[in-house]
Amino acid sequence: MADDIKPRLRVPTNAKKGELVEVKTLITHPMETGQRKDADGKLVPRLIVNTLAVTYNGKPVLNAKLEPAVAANPYLSFFVKVEESGTLKFTWTDDNKQSWTAESKIEVA
Amino acid sequence: MVASRLTRRTAFAALAGVLVARNALATPDQARDWIAAMAKGTPQAGKISLKAPEIAENGNAVPLTVTVDSEMSGKSYVKALYIAADGNPNAGVAVYEFTPLSGKAEVALRVRLQQTQKIVAVAEMNDGTLYTASREVKVTIGGCGG
Repeated sequence: MADDIKPRLRVPTNAKKGELVEVKTLITHPMETGQRKDADGKLVPRLIVNTLAVTYNGKPVLNAKLEPAVAANPYLSFFVKVEESGTLKFTWTDDNKQSWTAESKIEVA
Repeated sequence: MVASRLTRRTAFAALAGVLVARNALATPDQARDWIAAMAKGTPQAGKISLKAPEIAENGNAVPLTVTVDSEMSGKSYVKALYIAADGNPNAGVAVYEFTPLSGKAEVALRVRLQQTQKIVAVAEMNDGTLYTASREVKVTIGGCGG
């Protein structure tokens, strides 16, 4: 199951200095709420991606704390102001402390 | 006669049971408390715009865009954005912490909504002032697996 979990990014590769860049991310994850019952009527334990941390060249840009009310395959779009070329790094962590990372480079002309 | 009354009573009891179970959802107070536990102070209206469909046919993934009006400079920026929903089993939806590097305090996400309810957002500025906005979304099919 955990093998199906794959982060996806949409980040522009080029930007102008000081440009406001829109970033879109999605991680395929069931986001089990802990409210749902399986076929035997037992509650399916909660298992959600609870945090997403985004850094640019190691400096924090955005920290997201997610609750079960966030839809399955959590999608998030936000902005980054880029002043210099660098790497945007994403780290997702779930309730089992399992984490996934993804990176994308932005070249500033 | 007695038998029929009994069945009716049983039926009412069963119905009441269902209603009680259904009531185990967050209330507007809980949504406020969930935010207040993290954002200390009294929020004032304004600065936030919440974009969401007026009617969501599928509560499993309702698109939501929250924008906070701020210059996002080192002097003045949005430190945190708290989003809650007052009719879900749990009031919390998400918390976003921004930095001036964000450039613009806007996030788009998809939320699960169990029923028609209000989405509440509170923004905390770097100087501690709080702003709030809310928006009702009507939900046709709930999205919490009930």
